Parts: sequence; structure tokens; C-alpha cells
Amino acid sequence: MTRTFSMGGVHPSDSKISRGCAIEVLPTPPTVYIQLSQHIGAPAKPLVAVGDSVKVGQPIAEPGGFVSAYIHSSVSGKVKSIAPRKDLAGNNQMCIEITVEGDEWMEGIDTSDTLITDIIDDNKAILDKIRLGGVVGLGGATFPTHVKLSPPPGKKCEMLIINGCECEPYLTSDFRTLLEKGEQVVVGTAIIKQVLGVDKATIGIEDNKPEAIAHINEVLASLRKVSPKFEGIEVMSLMKKYPEGGEKQLIDAVMGRQVASGGLPIDVGAVVQNVATALAVYDAVQKNKPIIDNSVTVTGECFPRQANLLVRVGTPLSYIVDYLGGMPADAAKVISGGPMMGRAIANMDAATLKGTSALLFLTEKQTRREPEGPCIRCGKCAQACPMGLEPFLLNRLARAGKVEELEDNAVQDCIECGCCLYSCPAHIPLLDIIRPAKGQVIGLIRARKAAQAAK
Amino acid sequence: MTTTIIWTIAIIAILGLVLAVILYLVAEKFKVEEDPRIDEVEKVMPGANCGGCGFAGCRAFADAAVKAPNLDNNYCPVGGNEVMKKVAAILGYTVQEKAPQVAVVRCNGTCENRPKVNDYDGFSSCKVKAALYAGDTGCAYGCLGCGDCVAACQFGALSMDPVTGLPVVDQEKCTACGACTKACPKGIIELRAKGPRGMRMYVSCVNKDKGPAAKKACAAACIGCGICQKTCTHDAITVENNVAYIDYSKCKLCRECEAMCPTGAIHGVNFPKPLDKDAVKARIQERNRKAKEAAAAAAAAAKEAPAPAPVATQNKEEKA
Repeated sequence: MTRTFSMGGVHPSDSKISRGCAIEVLPTPPTVYIQLSQHIGAPAKPLVAVGDSVKVGQPIAEPGGFVSAYIHSSVSGKVKSIAPRKDLAGNNQMCIEITVEGDEWMEGIDTSDTLITDIIDDNKAILDKIRLGGVVGLGGATFPTHVKLSPPPGKKCEMLIINGCECEPYLTSDFRTLLEKGEQVVVGTAIIKQVLGVDKATIGIEDNKPEAIAHINEVLASLRKVSPKFEGIEVMSLMKKYPEGGEKQLIDAVMGRQVASGGLPIDVGAVVQNVATALAVYDAVQKNKPIIDNSVTVTGECFPRQANLLVRVGTPLSYIVDYLGGMPADAAKVISGGPMMGRAIANMDAATLKGTSALLFLTEKQTRREPEGPCIRCGKCAQACPMGLEPFLLNRLARAGKVEELEDNAVQDCIECGCCLYSCPAHIPLLDIIRPAKGQVIGLIRARKAAQAAK
Repeated sequence: MTTTIIWTIAIIAILGLVLAVILYLVAEKFKVEEDPRIDEVEKVMPGANCGGCGFAGCRAFADAAVKAPNLDNNYCPVGGNEVMKKVAAILGYTVQEKAPQVAVVRCNGTCENRPKVNDYDGFSSCKVKAALYAGDTGCAYGCLGCGDCVAACQFGALSMDPVTGLPVVDQEKCTACGACTKACPKGIIELRAKGPRGMRMYVSCVNKDKGPAAKKACAAACIGCGICQKTCTHDAITVENNVAYIDYSKCKLCRECEAMCPTGAIHGVNFPKPLDKDAVKARIQERNRKAKEAAAAAAAAAKEAPAPAPVATQNKEEKA
């Protein structure tokens, strides 16, 4: 029996229509807009001024705090402006605008395709390279990787889990990365494993991607002959179920352990990293190449040309769409990310971020919301919730504004996966209502902690 | 048969009497001494239990008012000065009279001024909408139009105007409890002084974008040009983060800023006469010209005089 997480989950159609499209390199756009806040934590502080010339891979912004990351120029050219610009959601964000001139890379970046399997033994140097490479978690949360790889003292990591589930429907960029850059991902995994000082690493892949599972097994077999550092890395086939790629769900599926409410994965001895992050770690450590590009799936039934593109960070979305033949006439909604957790894009002039994983085009029919009916307490949402919450109750409390009761019912544990909304037969927009309530409760908890710390 | 009934009645009556005595003694023993004035104060309160004073309800307010040494921090916005005078009379305190306030919607992003750039098909709630994105117009600061404020108002003072898509305050019904200001995720609604005969001035915009961006998103946006600040002779206007703000405690309702505002973001309401913009502009120009002349004359005089006295060259000081 294949393994999966124990609680909740749904089975949406996987619709991976772009799975056959090899990753192609998108030509560099004429202008890029690199946002200073591309990660969880403090926004980065610019290191360049208007008029400066920059090269590909040059750091243009430094971390603005402990939980923050370096940002590098993804192109070579001139800094045209540093000003607020509207992001995907239409909110203002500070952006560095760079006009592209040529394609000159920073010295020391290895742009060749040669696979480097030798891993240096100095873990501190590796962590430094990851930090300087601006590596952040590319699974969605964009948490700075060097922070995640330095567990707090007293906490021992027992297993590294590499997340290759890609459980969101439509997304195929991680799948293509596993197929085309499997060797690099495995080397990246070995690097992270060494830094964490663990013996075991598991690459979890859902069983709807048998090619990827077979390919990584082959890669592992050949690499184990090269160096003992690749011992202990295994592939685990997991049952296809959404949201398997959720950090806590994946730990449950792989290790059979559950993270307590308010706890971190390290509390149960796990560190989870995404496939794309492992590749970014490989690039940063072995090739000295910071995150300047990432693979983006462009897909949707109504979109004429499916693609998996390697896109420079800061590329305007409209440029990507124009490259692939323009906006389809019947597209009603464009989503950044997958259909379950992605956000609708309000502004197609916005630019991609490090964590942008997909552009999904949906038609009017696909996105239409059914009229909301009354809740009959059927409990389907509670069955579907992978965190064991009771969305129907949270919905009621959120509408009544009962903040304390929301906290008692653990609204802060919601991972916003959308299973409740997906499963509700009355089409109640449960997640939409719960999301602001969760924000309110988390704000309250933070304020309380800050007040305690001040004492 | 009869004896049974009599016995039953007697036993129950005795039992009742004994229990009553016990209850009385217990009640006497554990009696909670409550200031009788709390009840009196509660009686004169409006009884809306709206929370506008910052307490859970009128009883909680009465309790706090009785326990406090004065009435400085306790004020019922719904009852206003009238109710507070009664409260003060009961408690023997003096009350600081406050100018009556009213909720003001600081957004003029009508469908005409602020065209939609996308369609929102989600749950109709400003709170939910704000958690998702900036909104369906180009303005990330303005009214989201789902009516959370209307739902929050207990007094029926707010309604959505179907033509403009903006909330409208009924100033007769508004009690300035402040529920709407808390419900609005964009912080557009503000409590401002009602003004003499309801006349008041305010900047109907909270857009913090720079001029061109604000103007692009909404034709009636404050572009932060600062003309109003320069025009105001009462120091009532400040421009911060590209948006002007009128301090209602300093505003003298001269309406000069309203006449000068290039985008019409400054609104004057309940004035008996419509604003004659040209006349006001001419008046301001005349005043500026005179000030300039006076400054030039003063400068010339200072040149001739051997010991130059400090000369005020700024318009504002000249006028004063």
C-alpha cells in the first residue's frame, strides 16, 4: 500500500496537460522589475542606485533582517528606477527596474552544464554560499533557506524530506525539473543532507509521476557509485492526494509523525525542502549561481501553447504571455500558482518573483462560482481538512467576529489549502471567509508574544 | 385523605419558609455592595449597547464612569453632550463638552471617477476582498464597495449608493459610535466634527500613491500637490504620504482649498450657497499679489535702511 497523510485531503483531477513539455528558456525581456520583497520576512535593502550598471547574478539588494534574503540581478543592464510598482495583487511593492543591455554574467558563475558531484566538507562555507545565493524555499512559502537549514540549538534533525509531490493540479515545473535536472536535484539533496548532518533523506514523489520516480532511482543508483555521500537518499512513492505537498502533510506521509499545533517540522525531527529549492542549492553551492531564474508552468485548457519555461526573475507576465502567442480570448481568470492555492492575478503588468510557479488560464465556465447555499452541517469540510479543523464552525465564528473562539478552534493552523471550499456541496466560500480571520488571530498571537517579550 | 393533604401543604410551607430564611441569610452574608449610582447612570444612557464608548455596553460604561475619578476618558458619543450632562449631574462631576461628530467616507472613487480594471466574483465582503488583493479598481487604497460598514452600522445610518457604489452616511441617524471605522479594512471612514449647522470640509481621498499613479487610478484622487496646504491661511492642512488631510479643529470653513484643488478631492458639505470657484480664486490671487507687493516694498525699505530689521517674506506671515 502506498503511503499518504492520515487526515483529510481531496482528489481533484490532476489536469497535468503540460507534463510533456520540456523546459525551454524564455528569451530575456527588454526590462525586468525585481521586487524587493520576494520572500517571507523583512524586505531586502537595495545595494544599487539609479544609473548603475549591473551584471547577471550581481547582488542588488541585501537582507533587511535575520529572516530575509539577498536578491540578485537576473539580467545585465542599467538600473532605471527604484520605485513602488503594482504587484500581482495590485498592491504597491518596491521594485528595481533594470533595462537589459546584452547578457554579461558576473565572474565566478559557472554557466556550463557539467555536473559537479564533489561536495566540499566545510558546512559553514556551504551555508554561506546558500545565503549569498539568495536561496529561498521555492515550494510556495519562499522562506529563506539558510535560516531553515540552521535549526535552533537543542533541536535535532533526523530526516531531510525533499518535496517532489507537486500535488497541485496543472503544475508540472517540478516534474520537469526532476526529469531533466534529476542529477542536480540529487546533488542538491546531498548538500542539504550534509549541512543538516542527517543520515537519511527522502525524496517524496506522488505516484502519478512514475517517470520521475524511475528516473531519480536511476540517478541515485549511478551517483551512489561515485561517492558515499549519496548513500541514504531514497525515493518514496506516495499516493496521489491533495495537499500531499503541504509541509506537515508530507512529514505525516513520509515519517508517520504529526507536527503539533503551533509547532515546527524540526520539533518532530524533519526538515522539508522543495525540489526546486534543492536545485537552487545545487546552483548556488556548486556553480556559484544565485537564484536568477526559475521554471514556470504556463498552462490551462484554453491556453493554446502549454509550456514549462525557465524565466528570469522579474519578467513581466505580459511578456511571457505575448511570447506564447498572447492572451486567449476565452480566458476569464489568470492564476499565479495552481488552481487550489494560487491567487488570481489582478495586474498582468506585474513581474514574476522567485517563487512564481505557474500561470494558469481558466475559462469563465471553469471559474464560475455557484450561488452559496445554506450549511447543513454535513461535515464534508471537516472530513476534507488535512489539519483536522472544523471549517463549518470556523466559518460561523469568523462571520460573527468571535476572535477568541476562533483561536480556541485553532484557526491559526489553517494552511489555506482550499480542501474545505472544494468539498463543500453548498458552495460556501469557506476558505475566503476563514483567511482574514486567520490573519486577525495570528496578528493577535504575535501582539501578545511581543507584549510578553517587552515585559 | 384530608389529613394527607393538610400535612403535605404544611410540610411544603414549612420547608419553603426555612429555605427562604436560609436564602435570606446567605444573600445578606454574601451581598455585593453595588453603587446605586450605576443603575441611575445606566437609566439615562441611550441603551444602544453599541460599544462606541469603548466599553462592552451601557452598563459597563456606567460602571466605569462611576468608578473613575472624573469623566475625562469616558464619553458616550451616541448620547452626546446632553446625556453626558445628565451623567455628570448624577455623579457630581463636570463634563467636558465635545463637538458632535459624524462618520465621513473619505473616498470619491465612483464608477465614473475610478473605472474597474478587473471583476471580483468572490464572497461579497470588504474584509475577504482585502485579504485577497488590492481591489477591482486601479486604486489600492479606496473603497472596496462590498458594504462591511453598512453591515456594521446598528443605527441604519449607512447605505450603499447603487449609482456611485460608495457608502453614504445619513448624518441625522449617525451617532458617531465608530463601528464603521473599525469595520472598514481600508480605513477610509473617519469620525470628524459635524461642524456648525453641519458645514464641514474634508479630503475625500486616502490614496498614498504619487500624483501620476493616483490620478491614473482615479480622476478624483488627491495627488498630493500641496496647493491646498499653500492656500490655507489657518494651517489646517497637512500633506503626508502624497495625501492631504484637513485638521477639522483648525479649519475655518473658508472653502479656499476646495476652490483650488485641481482634482476636486476636497469636499465641502451642507454649505448654504454653492461654491463660486472663480470668485474665491480671484480673492486668493488678489491677496497673493498684495502680499508680494508688500514683501517687495519691505525688501526695498530694508535695503535703504542702515540697520536691516528681520523681514518676513513668507506670504502666510505677511497675511497674519
